[in-house]
Amino acid sequence: MSRKLVDRGASILLWTSAALLVLGLLSILAYLMANGAESMSWEFVTRPPRDNMTKGGISTPIIGTLQLVIVSMVFAIPVGVATGIFFAEYATEGPFTTALRLCVRCLAGVPSVVYGLFGLSLFVVFLNFGSSLLSAGLTLACLSLPLIVTASETALLAVPQDFRLASYALGANKWQTVRKVVLPAALPTILTGAILSVGRVAGETAPIIFTGAAFFTPKVATSLFDEVMALPYHIMVLATAGTHIEQTRPIQYGTVLVLILLVMGVSSLGIILRARLRRNRR
Amino acid sequence: MDERIPGWLITLTASVSLFIMVFLIYFLLQEGIPTLREVSLKELLLGFDWYPTEEPPALGMAPLIVGSMTVTLLSAVMAVPFSFLIAIFLSEVAPSWFREILKPALELLGFLPSIVLGFLGMVVLAPWLQERFDLLSGLNLFNASLLMGAMIVPIVASLAEESLQAVPRELRDACYALGATRWETIRKVVLPAALPGLLSASLLGIMRGLGETMVVLMAAGGAALVPISIFDPVRPLTSAIAAEMGETPVGSAHYHALFFAGLLLLTMTLGINLISMWIEKKGKERWMA
Repeated sequence: MSRKLVDRGASILLWTSAALLVLGLLSILAYLMANGAESMSWEFVTRPPRDNMTKGGISTPIIGTLQLVIVSMVFAIPVGVATGIFFAEYATEGPFTTALRLCVRCLAGVPSVVYGLFGLSLFVVFLNFGSSLLSAGLTLACLSLPLIVTASETALLAVPQDFRLASYALGANKWQTVRKVVLPAALPTILTGAILSVGRVAGETAPIIFTGAAFFTPKVATSLFDEVMALPYHIMVLATAGTHIEQTRPIQYGTVLVLILLVMGVSSLGIILRARLRRNRR
Repeated sequence: MDERIPGWLITLTASVSLFIMVFLIYFLLQEGIPTLREVSLKELLLGFDWYPTEEPPALGMAPLIVGSMTVTLLSAVMAVPFSFLIAIFLSEVAPSWFREILKPALELLGFLPSIVLGFLGMVVLAPWLQERFDLLSGLNLFNASLLMGAMIVPIVASLAEESLQAVPRELRDACYALGATRWETIRKVVLPAALPGLLSASLLGIMRGLGETMVVLMAAGGAALVPISIFDPVRPLTSAIAAEMGETPVGSAHYHALFFAGLLLLTMTLGINLISMWIEKKGKERWMA
């Protein structure tokens, strides 16, 4: 009897914690929606900040965030996918492959603020790119590389072996097989992985604070060597620095909501796409 | 065209990760080690005074190290058991309709930018804590740990779920055949069998917590003191770096000290990562045998 009761109790505990998680997430999202909604308007997302960032919109941080994402992906996707191809198609067991695997795994665990220090010393100071869109974008690229490598490798390994054998049987060589058969078959899944890493990169703050995010800049960056404003850093600046913290609360909530919509929107798209791809494969 | 060229190019591009890792370690060493010319290693690691902008600067990192450890441990204590419950629920109990809700919810929580959690800690949780517990400030160890816990849950729960799923079905069936209840099967068979995976999941969560920056920067209060109660403010290594690096002249003693702090963080997180990899390997060998 009591064994059955314990079992029952455990089930209730498990159900409660799961429900708690869903409710917790929903209430966070609902709270942010409710508080951010009042500052949301067409003006808010299309106008730059003015009057010492106490009024106006957040167009410059929005564009800055998009620019950072683009620059980082331009570098991270080719390198990440190539590394994925290496692991899935070319790697032979040996010290080089082992070392490379170890590196990718370790890079995934490097704290984001340490990437910031690395970006500062390599890109900003040593290569003399200065605090700029390029430095910050490259720093974010290094940070997202392990994500893209893992996603690409998994995608390529999921391509059935028959595809490769059929291609070889037609007389194609290895590279032709990879480029014309394996890569196209894996492409949707690789893209999904890239979308998910965009969701990660867009919300990162620590790596860009001292590599290229500006406290305030009146204009949109027109060159890779300009500083940019970014949504995450803008939230931090408004909430922690300056003398107008209480006064700018609506702008802070509005910026958080825009960031959430951007990040969660992109990530949900990735999650949905991935689920569909998995279903189709079955 | 020589058909081996693409293979070489792919290999060359793949080694970029290797270069990044090497450069990362090289630059942190190059910028961090000069600190030791100004202060002894003993003073850096065990000194309790962190006044980096004084003249001469006091560069004792003990309060920062203790700060990092207390926030990480407190958040792990809160988040790991909860994550395990979620993982057990997902793997052993959840009906498929609830799985379809819980899995994306968990993943979305993982995508919540840490700056947003830090903001919530500052604007919502801190005033509430201050009023509820009659504190001087709601920005403290407890506030930061709670939010960092929320960041750790998705990582630990999804890794733990994977290792529970990897436990062969036959073990469960054998246990049920002996007349055990579901909870007995989970506790006596599934959890012990998945132990290495659960351990490495917790370690990876702790690793993530140790490196987390924005939550502690915004919600931990930022005082470089050793906390005595859970409502004392702390300043972990990560938030010291993020808060101070911006105003520090390149090449100053303070600049090098912050890189040394980064080096410490890197060493700790890499260490945890390697231990968890070793445990995972041991765990896999178990099922191979």
